[in-house]
Amino acid sequence: MVLDGLYYTKEHEWVKVEGDIASVGITDYAQGELGDVVYVELPSTNKKVSVGDTFSTIEAVKAVSDVYSPVSGEIVEVHRELATVPDLINKDPYGSGWMTKIKIANHDDIKNLLSADEYRKLIGE
Amino acid sequence: MSELLWEIEKEGRIGVKLPKSDVPKYESKKLLPDNMVRKSEAKFPQLAEQQVVRHFVELSAKNYHLDKSIYPLGSCTMKYNPKINERLANLAGFTKIHPLTPDEYVQGALEIMSELGNGFCKIGGMDAITLQPAAGAHGEITGLMIMRRYHEAQGNPRKNVVIPDSSHGTNPASIVLSGWQPIEIKSGPDGKIDLKTLEKYLDKDLAALMVTNPNTLGIFESDIEKVADMLHSVGAQLYMDGANMNALLGIARPGDFGVDALHYNLHKTFSTPHGGGGPGSGPVAVKNHLEPFIPKPKIVFANGKYSLDWDIQQSLGKVQAFWGAFAVIVKAYAYILSLGADGIRKTSEDAVLNSNYLRAILEKYYDLPYKSTSMHEFVLSGEFLKKYGVKTLDIAKRLLDLGFHAPTIYFPLIVHEALMIEPTETEPLETLDAFADAMIRIRKEAEENPDILKSAPHDTAVRRLDDVAANRNPILTWWDVKS
Repeated sequence: MVLDGLYYTKEHEWVKVEGDIASVGITDYAQGELGDVVYVELPSTNKKVSVGDTFSTIEAVKAVSDVYSPVSGEIVEVHRELATVPDLINKDPYGSGWMTKIKIANHDDIKNLLSADEYRKLIGE
Repeated sequence: MSELLWEIEKEGRIGVKLPKSDVPKYESKKLLPDNMVRKSEAKFPQLAEQQVVRHFVELSAKNYHLDKSIYPLGSCTMKYNPKINERLANLAGFTKIHPLTPDEYVQGALEIMSELGNGFCKIGGMDAITLQPAAGAHGEITGLMIMRRYHEAQGNPRKNVVIPDSSHGTNPASIVLSGWQPIEIKSGPDGKIDLKTLEKYLDKDLAALMVTNPNTLGIFESDIEKVADMLHSVGAQLYMDGANMNALLGIARPGDFGVDALHYNLHKTFSTPHGGGGPGSGPVAVKNHLEPFIPKPKIVFANGKYSLDWDIQQSLGKVQAFWGAFAVIVKAYAYILSLGADGIRKTSEDAVLNSNYLRAILEKYYDLPYKSTSMHEFVLSGEFLKKYGVKTLDIAKRLLDLGFHAPTIYFPLIVHEALMIEPTETEPLETLDAFADAMIRIRKEAEENPDILKSAPHDTAVRRLDDVAANRNPILTWWDVKS
């Protein structure tokens, strides 16, 4: 499942842009590949990130995977509930499974992200 | 499920009557700081000896192990452990010596360590060795720290270590702990190191490249000499993870294709036990230019005597208690002596032959994403079975029903739904055929009756375990269950 209106990365993050804020999570495809998530390591707020930085690590039963920042900026909100209910990422990856909100430093970063159609093509959907 | 010893204990039941203590009693409170002294009584289950014996015999009957059948865990080299290894390592002359016994009374033990080290140097084409590291990952970090010492002595510790994306998960961890930054490079379409990508990182900041050869796809890195030349041209080092040495023994020597340091896994390649039957052992062999930095003490032979040399100025120091896992060293020595040079080469030839035999059968029924002849192992993908709702995990569980240990699954990460199969040289043709038949049967079941896979295992002592719940809510002791 790939939602229209979101942006995507080749590393399977989704990005929802609202004004200066980018909400970030991992895609439905990514959660399916990882399998049941058992632990999420979350960043602290106010942390500065650049495109491609690892800001979180997701531990599933079969693999551990880094989550990369799709944009540069500052982490302004972190979804702390994932620390105790990590399976939100499996159940609702685009909704209650969101991970962080980043204040976008440079809107040009968005141009480098994939559209829903481009991402569908990438995963062969 | 078997009951735990805690569940069958009875207050007051005694297994062994201990003799009266003939040494003076010391108060632990007087000898240890307060925070190290136990505040409550130690808890032991109260049982008769026979109950304990029956308990463990029952568990051992349920256990799956190499003495029962094939254990095709890719990357782990679960070969048969010859019983003579155990007999020799259990000789009183080995088990009763204290590690601090003066050199002159343990000449035999020192000779074994020295001779085994020489043998490993010969097998790898290397110049010097330390037997200390406790396992493969410990060997990795020891090897990298030796390289770091070397770079520091050259005046620049450097910053980066390149690893291919097919590498073992412990590689990046060892790099970070050694104070470097790991840089992962994508493998080429043939599953090998992509020289063009490597070229981008060739500079004075590059400390080393870590490679497993053959790599975790079971493919020999045929450009390895070129890779070594490229690295050496900027002063960088080539580290080889020797996890897959079982493909190369007596055929190709890492030292001859440009490797500067490598570790061996005695519990893989040299037939010593894995895991619970261990401990492991991960000796690190190096070329001459790295020798000044290897851990001390070094075993030296002079004037007809072996001794431990502690006077090595630039040495990394000690990386393990005493002299390494000595009993494991004895077992590995017994192994290479009983095989001899011809037998050692035959080991790898048969390991590669067995792997190719299974691959040639199974690639007709499963997907082989990196098309190539195999070395000692090969990697299939179960991705195409998703259309029946079947995952690689289901294949692995179904294999248990059919009497086989599952192969390594979901590794390497660059293959989706990976099944990594390493039969090893010790399996006879009949066992390989029986394993192949089971895999073929499962392939048919996936189409015709996928539910039998999804609900597997059916015939094991316990059904499918809820590993998600176990990870999310680990219960680690009996006292957590009771409370």
